[in-house]
Amino acid sequence: MSDQTRANAPTPYHPAQGNVGFYQRNRDVQPAAFTAIYKTSTLRSPRNALLSLPSCLSEFTGPVFGHNELGALDNDLIRNFAKTGDPIGERILVHGRVLDENAKPVRCALVEFWQANAGGRYRHKNDTYLAPIDPNFGGCGRALTDNDGYYFFRTIKPGPYPWRNYVNSWRPAHIHFSLFGTGFAQRLVTQMYFEGDPLIKICPIVNTIPDASAIERLIAPLDLNAAAPMDLLAYRFDMVLRGSRSTLFENKLAGN
Amino acid sequence: MINTLNYLTETASQTAGPYVHIGLIPGQAGFDIFENNFSNIMVTPETLGERITVEGRVFDGSGTLVRDVLVEVWQANAAGRYNHPADTQNKPIDPSFRGWGRAGSDFETGVFSFETIKPGCVTNPDGRTGAPHLSVWLVSRGINIGLQTRLYFADEAEANANDPVLRMIELQARRATLIASRSERDGKAIYSLDIHLQGPDETVFFDF
Ligand SMILES: [Fe+3]
Repeated sequence: MSDQTRANAPTPYHPAQGNVGFYQRNRDVQPAAFTAIYKTSTLRSPRNALLSLPSCLSEFTGPVFGHNELGALDNDLIRNFAKTGDPIGERILVHGRVLDENAKPVRCALVEFWQANAGGRYRHKNDTYLAPIDPNFGGCGRALTDNDGYYFFRTIKPGPYPWRNYVNSWRPAHIHFSLFGTGFAQRLVTQMYFEGDPLIKICPIVNTIPDASAIERLIAPLDLNAAAPMDLLAYRFDMVLRGSRSTLFENKLAGN
Repeated sequence: MINTLNYLTETASQTAGPYVHIGLIPGQAGFDIFENNFSNIMVTPETLGERITVEGRVFDGSGTLVRDVLVEVWQANAAGRYNHPADTQNKPIDPSFRGWGRAGSDFETGVFSFETIKPGCVTNPDGRTGAPHLSVWLVSRGINIGLQTRLYFADEAEANANDPVLRMIELQARRATLIASRSERDGKAIYSLDIHLQGPDETVFFDF
């Protein structure tokens, strides 16, 4: 087996050769497992240190997705669950790029998103908040990035909602995101917030993130240039996945 | 002024929250929206390899069942090859096996399960061969950043003893937290593994 690997190995030396893996995760910008301000994390946080190991092929690879797996309306939350008309609320476009830490676009990345409706209620059997369900809004969608790492979707701006943490805790308006890169160790789930929302700075979940600039990068600015006049407003949200250590080597091959 | 490194920084993680099912497995949230859904059925009749069911439960630090977890697994095919371009091993890809599945813990029983095949051994570019395993990733309310672990098979004792990742776990007793036991139900192989987020039996989680 290793003979075969060696036979296939390119000959010019490069330090990244045979070195599969991603840059180590910057834990200074990522939330710790246990964050007292977000009470549910108390019993759901491992107390042993994570075991740090260089990625094997297992985590450097990951599932590959194709355009044929998505439906035509999967990135249109205004229409993908419409029954009797359009959903209620502020029509918006959310768009941006998925890049890696080398600033290279991540192509064919599966981006999935879910959210509450304009009143702050999720279409979920466990959500009992008193705001009404919108009969025309499902609240989920997905997209694959193009060759520039670009994705977009159309939706309704979600409303804030109360939750049980402190007596009077409210989530700022947010959209949940799930991202795949090329390797399973890049798997990421995060949330996007909206510029100007006063609830962001007092949110215990936002404040699990220890780094102020990392929080700012989760806040999407209003992007008037991408708005459609008399139709919808736009917000811009770029995301970054872990960088691959073998990129230098790939570039070298491409340059030769 | 010194030269600058123009790296970007990974986006910060946030919890998947209690309603993760809406986005990733809407059927479990209670509605039908996509034509094509991702699921815990990883095989088709054409997939090569031994059919197995992998199932488990997740417990919190008080020993309480966690019933709102979303679990994903990623694995090699029966020949030990990942269906991914970065895997350059000289082994066949199985076009009927992507190697990835997604499941939610049942809201009542807390059980998650996958219908899959037993993977073969994978040889890494550095020449080290690992024991058959599934890479496991889980998120839920209260988990701030997705947890990565692995599932190995109890009937692969010899391969497990030589696995380069298992061998890095210094405390022998903790290696057992990654090893699924085998049983049979209606003539079918079932591998079971309970994941403990915290406490005396805390699962080993990785930072790959
Ligand atoms: Fe939410």
